[in-house]
Amino acid sequence: MKEKLQKELKRWEEESVDNTLKRFPERKDEFITSSGIQVKRLYTPIDSDEIDYSKDLGFPGEYPFTRGVQPTQYRGRLWTMRQYSGFATAKETNERFRFLLEQGQTGLSVAFDLPTQIGYDSDHPLAQGEVGKVGVAISSLADMEVLFERIPLDKVSTSMTINAPAAVLLAMYIVVAEKQGVPMEKLRGTIQNDILKEYVARGTYIFPPEPSMRLITDTFSFCSEKMPLWNTISISGYHIREAGSTAVQEVAFTLADGIAYVKAAIDIGLDVDKFASRLSFFFGSASNFLEEVAKFRAARRLWARIMRERFHAEDDDSCRLRFHTQTAGYTLTAQQPDNNVVRVTLQALQAVLGGTQSLHTNSRDEALSLPTEDSVQIALRTQQIIAHETGVGDTIDPLAGSYYIETLTDEIEKRAMEYIEKIDSMGGAPKAIESGFIQREIHNSAYEFQRSVDSGEQVVVGVNKFTVEEEQSFDYLRINPAAEAEQIKRLQDLRKKRDDSKVKKMLENLRSCAEGSVNLMPAILESVKEYATIGEICEVLREVFEEYKAPDIL
Amino acid sequence: MSSRKIRVLVAKPGLDGHDRGAKVVARALRDAGMEVVYTGLRQTPEMIVEAALQEDVDCIGMSILSGAHMALFPKVTELLKKEGVDDILVIGGGIIPEDDIPALKAAGISKLFGPGTPLEEIVEFVRNNVKKA
Repeated sequence: MKEKLQKELKRWEEESVDNTLKRFPERKDEFITSSGIQVKRLYTPIDSDEIDYSKDLGFPGEYPFTRGVQPTQYRGRLWTMRQYSGFATAKETNERFRFLLEQGQTGLSVAFDLPTQIGYDSDHPLAQGEVGKVGVAISSLADMEVLFERIPLDKVSTSMTINAPAAVLLAMYIVVAEKQGVPMEKLRGTIQNDILKEYVARGTYIFPPEPSMRLITDTFSFCSEKMPLWNTISISGYHIREAGSTAVQEVAFTLADGIAYVKAAIDIGLDVDKFASRLSFFFGSASNFLEEVAKFRAARRLWARIMRERFHAEDDDSCRLRFHTQTAGYTLTAQQPDNNVVRVTLQALQAVLGGTQSLHTNSRDEALSLPTEDSVQIALRTQQIIAHETGVGDTIDPLAGSYYIETLTDEIEKRAMEYIEKIDSMGGAPKAIESGFIQREIHNSAYEFQRSVDSGEQVVVGVNKFTVEEEQSFDYLRINPAAEAEQIKRLQDLRKKRDDSKVKKMLENLRSCAEGSVNLMPAILESVKEYATIGEICEVLREVFEEYKAPDIL
Repeated sequence: MSSRKIRVLVAKPGLDGHDRGAKVVARALRDAGMEVVYTGLRQTPEMIVEAALQEDVDCIGMSILSGAHMALFPKVTELLKKEGVDDILVIGGGIIPEDDIPALKAAGISKLFGPGTPLEEIVEFVRNNVKKA
């Protein structure tokens, strides 16, 4: 059969293709994906004939999860539509959250401002100009109480993009829920809590890798006992991709980080099957449509195999790669911004065809400023149209079996594994980051991409082709300029109102815990309850752990 | 004109960690034959000016995507003025809303490059506008 087909293929190439090529040459000499994978003119059963269906694809909800992590996928429940948002003060963000929930959004995703993400109070000198800009300012439990006012935490799931001080924000969330009468074992949501990608791509680190990994494994161990529904980490490729990586690098570096977290948790004595099912992932959805669909499938299969073969996870749940997706911010253009609606639609569709568990769709105006309410609504409607009008969720993993998709899934898995083996030989992701290997790989890809756009080889519609003279007439979202001052005043009032002697006592306790080796979550929880601020808590930890200084990599 | 290479400080003021653009621009300037110093993340305006003086640069290129540009870019030019420096070209890039550009230019930021700018345009601008010879 294979031989016959090969013969037929050769005949087709000689008779049909060659004749056409003589008259009409192809558009390019070489077609390649973002990861440099050569794309052939045609894929046939010959390309995917080594795939063993039950071993390599299997069934949805079963190992190796290539076809998805749920047995009924979107026929049962659609993906969670989760728009990342947050700006200005807790009060304003609370209003946006309630608007989004009224519009049919099904989960919350909190964006924090940079001072909060780096463990500074809103009145810290380095916070100047940044308060409430890229997210909401949260300095203490008092802000968190306002943020979730009138939002029932037993009903919504909440994802928090917080890394270095993730334990502190988790503690605040637990206390707010407790005050609403919701016990922590019922809370559903995610803390990003992925410090390794901060060193290579996102930049909101505070402490050096070793104490940072301790904070992470402390949350793993705390949650595995007390918060069975909570995702303790969101191992993120999104930012690696945004920083410039290719699709293959995104899978490779993300899973290499994942390996490092699993190893760290096992090293402190946790049982892999006790914590691994609560690990979650986060990927980008960028421009090459079919490569992206294959990427999600490859990531799922590769992670399953790593968990089973390398870490000997027995429970299938430990091997299940569940992920959130965000459409790629870096593909949004400032030119002809309405075109971004189309880009986002395609990227969202890729994520759904790739089997995502939750999705954020970017707004058309994000290359210009923070999105307006109108733009956010279109972004959310994009997901709702895909969910309710296209029918793509009516059967599971509908692109499976395509000769090209399966070949590409294999190729991405293979190339990502080669990277992971290289990182293994360097001593794992933390070492590969320390030496700058991962940063340099990403930077090289970013530079090459920009060069290919500048040369016109990579077309970006409206930027280097099909351009128009345009007048900027976009309606910007302006952060209330008084927000910073209001936030600082609230914080200073809080410091006068609370019981300082109790705060001091709790912070001293935290310090001695940090100097020792006990789990830090209980001490952080106690501090948060007394309204110790994020700046005060992180200052204690900065004194004990010191601050990370990034190597100079260009 | 002397044969001295153009020296550029590429800087990331504020807490923003998005440095893809800054690093790509730094590399393009270097490939164009300039000497480039990159500050790394989390620089205060004071640190940037100090580094610029120490490195004796002809140009400071700053990048912010967090929205803090109105607070931080003018601070840098103000500090340069205070130091009596008027021969360093200052440029910026990032997510800078159109409405903010006039005020930034008035504050001495000679040019602002938004998303989609070809690298060559930035290289040419620096080459043609540095003030020291």
